[in-house]
Amino acid sequence: MADTATKPSVPTAAIDAGKRDFLTLTATAFAAVGVGAIVWPFIASMNPARDVLALASTEVDLTPITAGMAVTVLWRGKPVFVRHRTAEEITAARAVPMSELKDPATDQSRVRRDPWLVVVGVCTHLGCVPLGQRPTDVRGDYNGWFCPCHGSHYDGAARIRRGPAPLNLPVPDYTFMSPTQIRIG
Amino acid sequence: MAIGLHDSQVKNPVLRWVDQRLPVITMIQKEYGTFPTPRNFNYFWNFGALAMINLMIMIATGIFLAMHYQPNTAMAFESVERIMRDVNYGWLIRYVHMNGASMFFIVVYIHIFRGLYYGSYKAPRELLWMLGVVIFLLMMATAFMGYVLPWGQMSLWGAVVITNLFSAFPVVGDFIVTLLWGGFSVDNPTLNRFFALHYLLPFMIVGVVFLHVAALHITGSNNPLGVEPKGPQDTIPFHPYYTIKDTVGIVVYLMVFAALVFFAPNYLGHPDNYIPANPLSTPAHIVPEWYFLPYYAILRAVPDKLGGVILMFSSILVWFALPWLDTSKVRSMNFRPVARMFFFLWCVSFVVLMYCGGKPAEEPYVTVSRIATAYYFAYFLVVLPLLGRFEKPMPLPESISRAVLGIKAMGAGPLPGGAATAKPMEKA
Amino acid sequence: MKRFLKIAALAGIVLLAAGPSGQAAGEARHPRDAGFGFASLFGTFDRASAQRGFQVYKEVCSACHSMRLLSYRNLLELGLSEAEVRAIAATFTVTDGPNDEGEMFERPARLSDRFRRPHANDAAARLANNGALPPDLSVITKARHDGANYLYSLLTGYGQEPPQGVTIGDGLNYNPYFPGGQIAMGQVLNDDQIEYSDGTNASAEQMARDVTTFLAWAAEPETEARRRMGIRVLIFLAIAGLLAYGVKRKIWAELKTKTA
Repeated sequence: MADTATKPSVPTAAIDAGKRDFLTLTATAFAAVGVGAIVWPFIASMNPARDVLALASTEVDLTPITAGMAVTVLWRGKPVFVRHRTAEEITAARAVPMSELKDPATDQSRVRRDPWLVVVGVCTHLGCVPLGQRPTDVRGDYNGWFCPCHGSHYDGAARIRRGPAPLNLPVPDYTFMSPTQIRIG
Repeated sequence: MAIGLHDSQVKNPVLRWVDQRLPVITMIQKEYGTFPTPRNFNYFWNFGALAMINLMIMIATGIFLAMHYQPNTAMAFESVERIMRDVNYGWLIRYVHMNGASMFFIVVYIHIFRGLYYGSYKAPRELLWMLGVVIFLLMMATAFMGYVLPWGQMSLWGAVVITNLFSAFPVVGDFIVTLLWGGFSVDNPTLNRFFALHYLLPFMIVGVVFLHVAALHITGSNNPLGVEPKGPQDTIPFHPYYTIKDTVGIVVYLMVFAALVFFAPNYLGHPDNYIPANPLSTPAHIVPEWYFLPYYAILRAVPDKLGGVILMFSSILVWFALPWLDTSKVRSMNFRPVARMFFFLWCVSFVVLMYCGGKPAEEPYVTVSRIATAYYFAYFLVVLPLLGRFEKPMPLPESISRAVLGIKAMGAGPLPGGAATAKPMEKA
Repeated sequence: MKRFLKIAALAGIVLLAAGPSGQAAGEARHPRDAGFGFASLFGTFDRASAQRGFQVYKEVCSACHSMRLLSYRNLLELGLSEAEVRAIAATFTVTDGPNDEGEMFERPARLSDRFRRPHANDAAARLANNGALPPDLSVITKARHDGANYLYSLLTGYGQEPPQGVTIGDGLNYNPYFPGGQIAMGQVLNDDQIEYSDGTNASAEQMARDVTTFLAWAAEPETEARRRMGIRVLIFLAIAGLLAYGVKRKIWAELKTKTA
């Protein structure tokens, strides 16, 4: 057999032609699956870890919040506005016709139990925290919240009325554990 | 082809457009596609590719660990345990990184063994070999600093002992140690900078690996016969022959790796490193990680502090001079039966040192370490220089193809026996 | 293939040479093999035993030993229901705050809270324990050689006569499994000391076994997932290896035939 060693030939083309056989395909498929399986844990590791998820709910005691007052609590690293609305504020919020709203939603649909309004205090424009929680704050043209970053005005039900923000302040998932306590998340 | 554009042979018009301006496809094709490679590699030639894969695994897992790790003495230990418990697949990534260090050293030790046995360090591959030694030194520094990061007892006391090595140097010793520490003991500043450097060094390794490969592609690979290819009949294109052969090796390597990670993740570690670092109490018996044990044994074999440190560093630095210490013109020990014997004895001395390094510094281990240390150096400084003059090597085969295809292969790896010849290769 | 086996053998030798190099300090007696199910290669934790072990930890060990890396929510993985774990957590008070008045306050623990520590800090722990610091037990089986067997042996190793010529220090106890033989912790597990809620006979040996199971789980809660994944990965790699070897044989055979 050694005597053929001097005769050059071109195996590459032949190999390319015979390459796509079953064995090679299966092996390639296996390699692809393997690479996919290797990538997944890395991506998953960037998702919230278990200790972060365990802190995903916050409980709020409502007793110290008197009518007209609001508190800000931290939930998942974001501020949540809890406002004890007065009867006038509620009436005003419910009197607004749907046609005036940029993101139409009735006041009732944004409230679980009167007189409490609970919303995530992150402007839907670019994520600033709107003013209006403290008694001294500017509350905007609609007596709700006002975002100082780009001038979005929210009304007494935290609905967007004017400015660049496209949506109302979102209502987080929360439940009343008792008439004076809620759990957010 | 317009003037100034690379003469690309790529068919696909888009790729061709890119390749004309930035000939990466041509380069890959040349260096990893048609690259003429000796046809007689055995499986020892897998370990370069394995080291490359291992480096990639370490960098990938390391980057994702760094997203969760806290380089602060108050939080480091807990943050590592948090990775193990709370981060999604955190235990997997951490155990892969931790055992990956051991796998890296196993792979690189075999790679070095291959180089020593087959004389891959000899002309014209001296620089290739020396770059490899640089990579190994960088690896050792990286591994050492990485071991400090979990801030367990072994982390702290390993850092204390190793940084104190530098205090052995006269005059500048204390200055260097304080500089390394950034304080008056191994403490938060030390941990902080070790983290920064542990993140940096792997990328320097990548740089030197690039040079290592570049140098390799100038001289071409050595082979089990140590006879340079004399023409196209002695070589085959890298792809597909060695890409697929490397793939087989990679899968076997991954199996060993997986067995460690999934079934014995702490086997190669030391339990004391799961005790949070305590600067007030030294563990009764401190040992470095297994891959440092031979050097640790050399350090302890010398009764003098400075002498021990110098000898320990020399044990690796002597590798730089190896291309000139070995005076024999014959590369492969397959044809140097006498040298082969001495070489295997050197391997034994290395393993003995590794064993003694893990034992307490008492008899008989100290004496055994001394004998092994003496032989370790004698092999490089006495045996190899003299042997080149006095030994009678066996006759070398005329060429790779003659040896492989003609006579029964001598020491060559598993080859497709029978007649063959490579495709004629354009001059690369 | 012969070379290949040699490489594998070499790797094996290196691994074996390296592994058992670390030695336990002192002249401690080698731990007895307690025959734990989770210690085998594919073993799992006995949930009932681990739950009982938590009870032992809660009612006995936690008086002195912290487990600061564990949270109450982790107990869900032991098979306890959420209501049970909430109830367990609520029996502990933790410090929270500051509240709106700037004061720290006490409240019942929640799922997300870490296990309450028996002492505010290490100094307080030493003061309460005759100068000895009871180690944190979060990763204790990982932090000792042959951890589970060591713990079990230690906990059941009290009450033996010290060898001739050994005087036991003040406030110390003889235990042959402890490095140095003298341990500050006294014999804490006694028959029927606690009442298991599942009716198991609470012998000292049973309690040692249960609490060791619990602590082994606490140290490496990922063990079962790790082994399950390991089996799948190895099977996958074995098949991939055969395929790769097949392709390799084929390609190299082409080299032979195509050029002949």
